[in-house]
Amino acid sequence: MENKGLNKVDLIFEKIDNQEVLTKGFKMSKDEIIQEILDSGLKGRGGAGFPTGMKWKFTAEEKSPEKYIVCNADEGEPGTFKDREILDRVSNKVHGGMAIAGKAIGAKKGIVYLRGEYRYLLPKLMIELDSFHKMIKKIGYDFEIEYRMGSGAYICGEESALFESIEGKRGEPRNKPPYPTVSGVYGKPTSINNVETLVTAMMIVQHGAKNFIKYGTKDSRGSKVFSVSGDTPTPGIFELELGMTVQQFVNEFGDGDTKAVQVGGASGFCVPRKKFAETIIGFEGVPTGGSMKLFNSSRSMYNVLHNYLEFFTEESCGQCTPCRVGCQQLLKGVEKVKKGEAKSTYLNELMKLADTMKIAAKCGLGQSVGNAFKSIVGNFKEEIIY
Amino acid sequence: MYQVGNLVKELSDKHGHERESLMPILQAIVQKHNYLTDEAMVEVARELDISAAEVYGTASFYTFLDTQVKGKYVIRVCKTITCSMKGKSDIIQTLEEMLNIKVGETTPDKQFSLIETNCIGWCHKAPAILINDLPFTELTPVKVTEIIKDYMQK
Amino acid sequence: MINLLINDQKVAVQKGTTVLAAARKLKINIPTLCNHDDLCVAGNCRVCIVEQKGARTLIASCATPVAEGMEIHTNTLKVRNARKHIVELLLSEHRSDCTKCYKNQNCELQSLANDFAFGDHVFLDLVEDKKYSIDRSSASFIKDDSKCIRCQRCVRTCSELQSVAAITVANKGANQKISSFHNRPMSQVVCTNCGQCVNRCPTGALVEKTSIDQVWDAIYDPDKHVVVQTAPAVRVALGEDLGYDPGERVTGKMVNALRQLGFNSVLDTDFSADLTIMEEGTELLVRLKKALVDGDKSISLPMFTSCSPGWIKFVEHKYPEFLPNMSTCKSPQQMFGALAKTFYAKKNNIDPSKIVSVSIMPCTAKKFEADRPEMRSSGFKDVDFVLTTRELAVMIKQAGIDFRNIEEANYDSIMGNSTGAAVIFGATGGVMEAALRTAYEIVTGREVPFGNLNITPVRGMEGVKEATIKIEGCVEAWKFLEGAELKVAIAHGLANANKIMKMVRDGKATYHFVEIMACPGGCIGGGGQPIPTNLKIRQKRMAAIYAEDEHKELRKSHLNPDVIAIYKEFLDQPNSHKSHELLHTHYVERDNY
Repeated sequence: MENKGLNKVDLIFEKIDNQEVLTKGFKMSKDEIIQEILDSGLKGRGGAGFPTGMKWKFTAEEKSPEKYIVCNADEGEPGTFKDREILDRVSNKVHGGMAIAGKAIGAKKGIVYLRGEYRYLLPKLMIELDSFHKMIKKIGYDFEIEYRMGSGAYICGEESALFESIEGKRGEPRNKPPYPTVSGVYGKPTSINNVETLVTAMMIVQHGAKNFIKYGTKDSRGSKVFSVSGDTPTPGIFELELGMTVQQFVNEFGDGDTKAVQVGGASGFCVPRKKFAETIIGFEGVPTGGSMKLFNSSRSMYNVLHNYLEFFTEESCGQCTPCRVGCQQLLKGVEKVKKGEAKSTYLNELMKLADTMKIAAKCGLGQSVGNAFKSIVGNFKEEIIY
Repeated sequence: MYQVGNLVKELSDKHGHERESLMPILQAIVQKHNYLTDEAMVEVARELDISAAEVYGTASFYTFLDTQVKGKYVIRVCKTITCSMKGKSDIIQTLEEMLNIKVGETTPDKQFSLIETNCIGWCHKAPAILINDLPFTELTPVKVTEIIKDYMQK
Repeated sequence: MINLLINDQKVAVQKGTTVLAAARKLKINIPTLCNHDDLCVAGNCRVCIVEQKGARTLIASCATPVAEGMEIHTNTLKVRNARKHIVELLLSEHRSDCTKCYKNQNCELQSLANDFAFGDHVFLDLVEDKKYSIDRSSASFIKDDSKCIRCQRCVRTCSELQSVAAITVANKGANQKISSFHNRPMSQVVCTNCGQCVNRCPTGALVEKTSIDQVWDAIYDPDKHVVVQTAPAVRVALGEDLGYDPGERVTGKMVNALRQLGFNSVLDTDFSADLTIMEEGTELLVRLKKALVDGDKSISLPMFTSCSPGWIKFVEHKYPEFLPNMSTCKSPQQMFGALAKTFYAKKNNIDPSKIVSVSIMPCTAKKFEADRPEMRSSGFKDVDFVLTTRELAVMIKQAGIDFRNIEEANYDSIMGNSTGAAVIFGATGGVMEAALRTAYEIVTGREVPFGNLNITPVRGMEGVKEATIKIEGCVEAWKFLEGAELKVAIAHGLANANKIMKMVRDGKATYHFVEIMACPGGCIGGGGQPIPTNLKIRQKRMAAIYAEDEHKELRKSHLNPDVIAIYKEFLDQPNSHKSHELLHTHYVERDNY
């Protein structure tokens, strides 16, 4: 696996002339835009990592007069706060990225789904949106963006749950197939993309795929914004080239006593010190939507695990058995083991349950609970038991 | 308790009478009053021609669309891991003592409600809280006392 | 056609078919729980998961459409392990008191546990930590959250099939539950008591409120004279809970069994159904005259039937402005009850205060109906206890009656005689057909112009049925109807009732008379009928109803000798003062939440 080392980059927050970039973008045909994104190897920046070019291609192929580009601004993964920063500083690029996506897939309408916890940003975003609409009209492109608010539900970050929420219902993930590119919001072909993905796509249209692939590795092209928190002297937002090892990351951001790094938030993987050097941060190693949490030796990994399981037990939509009940079983199970009310071998049964949840749950939330569970229990068993 | 009056009619005139209008309407009511009364939910059900149970079922899914009485200022303290590591318990203790209520309760004068919430996206400046829509970060017991005092004087 | 492999066997099915249905074609039964033939796909219980070659996760076979070249395996180690976990997880949230539970031996979770999860269970019991509640407020059913497995069949039923949506899924995560509007008691919300949710609940979370013990007490109270009436739809479904196939008529054995249980008199709701036709037919003709000839603006059309208490409560909550359109006739059950403690008591010289009036109904809403405060025209509670078809089967088993092998028997007299027109009340379109058989003859002096009196346009499972009957050759008294085209409509299931009400409300309905049954299929699909239910079963029960009708000697209500007698001796004539006192009622406006 390629190791690019830790390199800071400054592309996402670069100030640009929206009108200039969009005018260039609209001169390209939809196929040219899609090809550029495909060539760039851009993968979704929300955590799931689906190739953006493919997603736009599938949506473009659908024959429907009504299509949508949806911006997933429901950033709720614990430890992720980079989309908030992007929306705060360069929302013009978010809107611009949506317009480019709209051109590529054939959508005249865009919807931004903004989590309720970020409502304080709305006045600023509305001002920018207004000038965006004026500019778009001026350059003669038919495209309109609408904002919809979330109201405190982590699961609404899941694409089909997000659509349900926009449609006025409980945010319960749908059965798939059909996939969003075929049937998304209002049952219409939809491309749903993360905030950062849209900004990055606009960047690629501006600078070209060739420049984008100078950064990152073969499987993890480009750079990414990380949100760093926990036991670190420098918490905050950092844009880094993809393809570094966890060790390189810890060398930069650790406090000298880093025991573990949780990559990808509560639904991500816990990397223990002994695996820092061999683990790549990227789609070929441990992927992340940006959340990076450092834990030093003063932290109890039991507390960390417990906190995550409590989180999932509350935030699960509750519709499917493996997730709704599985989360409760994992939580209660580790509590019992810790208290000595269950044998430590019970953890093996819970590991099997985590495996079942991974393959039987209805959506990504239930399927990912096992990631944190297995990696923390697997690497820090003594802290869970004693 | 508040009287919903013409509010629902005005909101459905603005946002529409479709099922997709439900979220914006409920959110607007909560923006104004911080929670949903039964009367408000029944009115919304009538305007949108859906059952009151469906309105309730949808509202109760979303943590911020409260169907229990809330005060004028809803304080949400983040309890996810980083805020937890960085002193959320001290913040909770300070608030409980200042307001003389426990987490989950509302002050008798209906001014403040105190609840815990999950990650609000300020992990690098933990511990953090939201008071209604506004985030307050890098809190200490001293700092949060000042903030609440300000609110009390409003 | 799409071609795929299931367990290495080839199968070809139409596009859009689910993997579950494709497997069934190969006679492979993948277990399910949240899936129900009457309802839309949910895909949430995950019991039906199977392995698809090349897929990262297991797929829900009920919710996944087939694709060309798909390779499915339904019973691999991966699937079996996952399925066992899933059933165990469901059990861990479920209060398992099977030996005390009403659904013992007819519970889908129990069957799954028996098939997939016998042996030691690994997971922790979650029930002890939960604050489950049991809602006993309704007269008709009990909602026990501690047994709910969140399959959401009840919510889908109430919303899709019945368009009432009295219950919803509330909260999320570990707190997710099935709830009424803001957790209110079911007796205080818009629930119509139709019991369709009870019919579709796989566990004991929703069961009827039983009156079995009270009825046993009454039967064995030497001081009491216990009268029982049986609804039409019971006799074509009771057998299903006693080992028979759906659609078998067990009328004679049912009567014998009831006698053996100890009822003092075994009588028939069908008698009062014939009576209802006399009262309601007359009421309709009077209203038509007032509205069409006299120009009386206070009369609103269409007139709606009023024998379905689920339908009545539906109107009271959702369309109270149309209560004046409802027939004022009580249901056959309640007419019977009022007469049992007046006419019957007198005829048999029994002190009415000693009479206990019991009914066997395919219905849960009838339990609420019997409790309505205005149902005391006799001076006492007209119907004391209502037993569902299911409850009767339990009592028969408790009494040790070998139902299959007992002789047939006949109803007692006075209020035991009935015609074919009465028995078809049990099927959607039956009340309309019975009413037409009588009304047409009263007005024209001739039988309805349909072969063998079978008015087929009003029969069948279609949600909304319409018909137009031309009235020609009227007798003198009814000349004003000469040439009129009587427009009628029939709807079953409250979602279809809702369709009609919307048309009426928007002024788009031109009907004169509408029959509504709250339950899909009419009473044969009632909330108190044997479980399980599906379209095939209801069709078989419906066919049995019409077979009962064909085999009856008398097939028109106005020819029922008991009916003729009761008017002569007691009621004078339809819609008389006495009839109004005992056989008619009024309705109540209710809140809509």
